[in-house]
Parts: sequence; structure tokens; C-alpha cells
Amino acid sequence: MSKTMTADRSLVHIAIYAAMIGALGLLPPFSLPMLGGVPITAQTLGVMLAGTMLGPVRGALAVLLFLFVVALGMPLLAGGRGGLGVFAGPSVGFLIGWPIGAFVCGLMMQAMRAASTFTAALVSAFVGGILVMYAFGIPGLSLMTDLTLGQAALGVLIYLPGDTLKAFATAVIVRAVERGRPDAVLTRQ
Amino acid sequence: MTGVYLEGRSWLHRLPAWVKLVCLAVMSMLLFPVTDLTLLAGALAGTLSIYASLGRSALAALTALRPVFFLLVCLLLFHLVLGSLATGLVMLLRLVCLVLLASIVSLTTRLDDMIDALAPVLRPAELVGLSRRRLALAIALVLRFAPQLAAAGGQLGAAYRARTGRRGGLRLVAPLALQALNTADHVAEAIAARGGVDPRPVDPAPLTRRPM
Repeated sequence: MSKTMTADRSLVHIAIYAAMIGALGLLPPFSLPMLGGVPITAQTLGVMLAGTMLGPVRGALAVLLFLFVVALGMPLLAGGRGGLGVFAGPSVGFLIGWPIGAFVCGLMMQAMRAASTFTAALVSAFVGGILVMYAFGIPGLSLMTDLTLGQAALGVLIYLPGDTLKAFATAVIVRAVERGRPDAVLTRQ
Repeated sequence: MTGVYLEGRSWLHRLPAWVKLVCLAVMSMLLFPVTDLTLLAGALAGTLSIYASLGRSALAALTALRPVFFLLVCLLLFHLVLGSLATGLVMLLRLVCLVLLASIVSLTTRLDDMIDALAPVLRPAELVGLSRRRLALAIALVLRFAPQLAAAGGQLGAAYRARTGRRGGLRLVAPLALQALNTADHVAEAIAARGGVDPRPVDPAPLTRRPM
């Protein structure tokens, strides 16, 4: 972790990443033709980026701050959703998994210093951003909708191609940012 | 940026935020285990009548929940395919109720009232050094920069389309991340130049002569 990062700088970075997660949700969703046009937003990409770039603690705090602002009523969740209602919906498990996913992303990234940035970010985003998030999202979906775990997992499967693409995108972006701003990838210092 | 809050003076606007939050928590806990369709239909009718009591603008705000309803209908169809239509209907009614009830609180509570009501929940965070001041600044930064970064993303997308005729998609995120990081540096420098987020206590005399 960077020694030059003061508490104030740290706070600003956490807040800007939270804003970035919001901005990615406000961007128009793209749809993958192979999925029959299921709309996919870049929002969880923001979560993966926060974890892989800011590290476990700051990454998780950025996601928590984002969720807190959403809970306060700001429509920053993809599709312009916000308010307490989103935490009563079927995807609440995923939202709970977000900060934990970002935390795991950061931990994995720090543990894989020996690997190349691309590989480390790809593996981190896959484990933290997909496996961990699904580990919370699928039981949440099952609990909220009376589906069995297996059925819920089957339903979530349609998001897997998009999420895999986002894990690759995370790796590409972290490498690109590292080239332009080596100081910004806090997990590689 | 404006939130989902709805300007108004209804009875729910006047109710303290913490009362609404406690009621919401109790209602959610009571509703969650209910599996009786008529009971749930009654709860939904009750919820909708609260919306109706808030006036036409509250009913219009229901359209903002369209994405959730779309997802719920997909889940109902999934239940239908699996041959458990009754369970699906219970799930649908219950979740619509829960989402609508939670949304009422957000529709009728101002942002600062909500922060005040949530302050006791944040007390543990203050123990580990997160002052109210720092949290307020962090929230303000998110509200300030989320729309700005979204606009920057929109510009990057428009520029990409002008150059190539295609949609940028995920290609735009790396330049957007770099812009966000530059913004973070500027803001951090500006805060440092003003003495930091939690300024050290100074001699009060110069402060009274020269107000900020």
C-alpha cells in the first residue's frame, strides 16, 4: 500500500471510485447479441475496478459508500434506480456481495504481485467479481423469490457471459491505467 | 443532482424519518414469511392506497420502478416454466409490496433527514475515525462527480462514434478511469490547499476577523 497516500487523499479516491461506479451505471447499457439482447450495464465493472485498483479496504469502502448513497435515495443504480426499494428487490444478495467482492478482488490482487498485472487483475476480477458476488447473489435470489438454489443459479447463468467479459475488461483497463498512471494502481505498489 | 425524493407536504412527509424507517423494518419482517395470497393482495392494496393518499405525483413515481417489475415478471415466468405458479405469485406480490413500501420512505424523506436518521447506525464508524464531516464530504463528492463522470463518459462515447461510427462500449472505461483519477488528484490537492478535511484547531481570533 502506498505510504504517500494521506487520509484525505484516500477519502477522495474512495469517493471518486464510488462516483465512478455510479457513472458506469448511468451510461447506456450495452447488449451482447449472443444473449438475445439481455441488457448489461458496466456497473459491476466499477466494483471490480475499485477492488483491483484501490485494494481490499479502500475498494470495499468505495462500494459501501456507493451503496449508502443509493440507500439515501440517489438514483445511481443501473437503470436510474435508487432508494431503499432496491434493497427489498430480488437482487439484494448481489448488492450485499458487491463490497465483499471488491474486498476479495483487492486481496487477490495483492497476493498475486508476482504475476503480470493483466493475469492478476483477470483472476482477481473473476474470483472477487464473479464467484464471490454469485455466492451471495444466488442464495439471495433463492431466498427472495422462493426458487431453489439450483434454479436461482440457472437463472443467474444468463449474466455469466457478460460478467466474464467484464472481468477481461477489468484486466485490460487496469493494465491501461497502470501504463498511464502507475501510481494509481495501489495494489501494485 | 436530485434523488427520488418527491417534494410535498403529505402526512408521510411530516412523519420523522426514523419512525418511517422503523415502520418499514417492522412491515418487511412481518410481510416476509407470509405465503397467503389473499393476505398479500390485501397488503398490496394497502400499500397502493398509501401511494394514492400522497397524490398523483406519487403514483407517477411508480413508473420509475419499471426495471424491478420487469425483472419480477421474468422471475414469475421462470416460476411458470418450472410449474410452480402459486409460489411465483406469492413471490411476486410479496416483493412488489416490499419494494413499494421501501420506496415510499425514499419518496417522502429528504436526503439530510435520512442522513440524520441513519447517524446512530454510523456511530461505530465514528469510533474507528470516520467523522461526520468526512462522511458528509464523501457523500457530497459522490453526488458532485457521478453525474460529471457520466457526462464525461457520454462525451467519450460521442467522440468515439464520430471517429468510427460504432458504439464505444467498454472501450470507453479506461480513458474514463484516467479522467476520474485526474479529477481525484485535483480535488485532493484543493482539499490539501485548504488545510485538509479535518483542519487542525487554530487560534479562533483570525477566523472571526476573516470569515470563510
